Amino acid sequence: MKKLLGLVASLLLLSGFLYAGVKALTPKQTVNSKKTLVLYNWGAYLDPALIKKFERQTGYHVVYETFDSNESMLTKIRQGGTSYDLAVPSDYTIAKMRREHLLQPLNKKRLSNWKYLDKQCLNRSFDPDNRYSVPYFWGTLGIVYNDKKIQPETLKSWNDLWQRRYRKQILLVDSARDIMGMVLISEGKSMNATSSVDLKLAEAKLVALSPNVKAIVGDEMRMYLEQGDAALGVTWSGEAAQMMQNNHHLRYFVPAEGSNLWFDNLVIPKNARHVQAAYAFINFMLQPDNAARNAAYIGYATPNWRAKQLLSKRHQLEPQLYQTNLRHLTVYRDLQPSKLQEYNDLFLNFKMSSH
Amino acid sequence: MRSKSSFFIIPYVLWLLLFVVMPMILLAVNAFTNGQGQVSLVNLRAFLTNGACLKMMVNSFWYAVLITGLTLLISYPLALVIAHCRHQRVWLLLVILPTWINLLLKTYAFIGLLGQHGLINQALQLIGLAPRQLLFTKTAFVIVAAYIEIPFMVLPIYNSLHALDQQIIAAARDLGASSWQTFWRVVWPLTLPGVRAGVQAVFIPSLSLFMITRLIGGNKVITLGTAIEEYFLTTMNWHMGSMIGVILIVIMVLVLLATSGKEQNK
Repeated sequence: MKKLLGLVASLLLLSGFLYAGVKALTPKQTVNSKKTLVLYNWGAYLDPALIKKFERQTGYHVVYETFDSNESMLTKIRQGGTSYDLAVPSDYTIAKMRREHLLQPLNKKRLSNWKYLDKQCLNRSFDPDNRYSVPYFWGTLGIVYNDKKIQPETLKSWNDLWQRRYRKQILLVDSARDIMGMVLISEGKSMNATSSVDLKLAEAKLVALSPNVKAIVGDEMRMYLEQGDAALGVTWSGEAAQMMQNNHHLRYFVPAEGSNLWFDNLVIPKNARHVQAAYAFINFMLQPDNAARNAAYIGYATPNWRAKQLLSKRHQLEPQLYQTNLRHLTVYRDLQPSKLQEYNDLFLNFKMSSH
Repeated sequence: MRSKSSFFIIPYVLWLLLFVVMPMILLAVNAFTNGQGQVSLVNLRAFLTNGACLKMMVNSFWYAVLITGLTLLISYPLALVIAHCRHQRVWLLLVILPTWINLLLKTYAFIGLLGQHGLINQALQLIGLAPRQLLFTKTAFVIVAAYIEIPFMVLPIYNSLHALDQQIIAAARDLGASSWQTFWRVVWPLTLPGVRAGVQAVFIPSLSLFMITRLIGGNKVITLGTAIEEYFLTTMNWHMGSMIGVILIVIMVLVLLATSGKEQNK
């Protein structure tokens, strides 16, 4: 009897606990006033001063939540537990979200500042006609090098990375898609290659690079290159921009064979609660002086041509960050999960064989 | 009396159910289902037939052995010395002190020490040696991991040394044992439980280290922890990630059994 009582009591307690958990985990925005905007963005990807300015101008209260990968953001939006009013996915994730009907179509009549957007950044394959997304920042994948240690003449193409003189000098960004893509393009293949033979060959070529690879790292690459711990790095333009601000011997370039072109765009998820606030914010960010300020703060390339003009008045823009010819650059397509797995498995194989 | 004690046990049982049993069940369910939610052994087969996965498993095991061995090699003499010191508490505190600092911070400190312009290379330059590559080597990885694990090895060994009856040692010496014989035939067997506890406390976490593999090992040391991170975060293949988790648990259970098997002989 006592055992039974104990069991009942524990069950009651358990359900009470779970109820409290549900209460704590459901978003509280429902009770909040309409004057909020829940923004879901990459960490440190917006000048905080602009949030203050937006709040002052419009009276909306901004809740800034962050994620560190497209995948984790996607999982949270799919679950729908929290409703975000704006999110900032990258190109291939936008395609995925569009297919899964997670996004609201945009009403461009409500965006009076749309005209400032650079044509180059619009109407891309992942979102034709920009029905769902507004460009926020864009960039490329390229090579950062220290001009004290590397002569620029010796380094022109991706294939130059395989030269013996760079033994143990190269840092690679820890991203299967980007590094495999780099090898594919060095072989004249598409960065979206799906042929298993091409991928396998790319892995073999990557293994041949491993004597030159010093390490495969994440955000720490910035620190190593700035401090001169390594002479070369393969990374994204925005990362490079931030490194170059701190170490003037660093240079960035995109090899002529081509590279990846990526976009981070603003989207309104389907279950957004404060759509009006979302539009207000998009329009606010499209205002040239705000976009310029944000780009100056973050260091990535702005898709806003007027903001770019404003920036170039203040100081010389790095031509490699603001490439004018994007023909040779490829945007990642959203690959099948099994293909993506193949990319990652091959990359993991390469990591294990690098000694 | 009994009902009272069972009442107080409820929160712990709940805790165990929610945060130990439930996650294990979820892990097992994920590991033995495929993407369509059907029960299958496809992940296990994928693991066992994938050379990379097997190699990673061997790698993890080997590095855990190295780390544990190095930790033991440093910790046992240290514990022995501390047990014979005058201010034992102060020394112990100094051993424990690093655990008050966040793991990531300690790792970053090592990046500063081992870097191309780090303290160690500067010292080498002072005595005329050229700066060498210390970071991103396997040796560096094992040393840093061992440094982090040392307190968890020293404490149980110290405790068993401390609990040792000094009269036993006196008796051994009295009966003509040399100091080496005393150590090897008396002290070491009697402190073996502490060593076992230390080995378990170090070996098991070492199996699934993953942050240090990237920060210090530069992703040139790949263990199952790295693989789990990749399967969960990059490719979103939670089923395979869970399978690796299950396999890690199995290895850990085996290690526990192997290191505690002889306990009954006492």
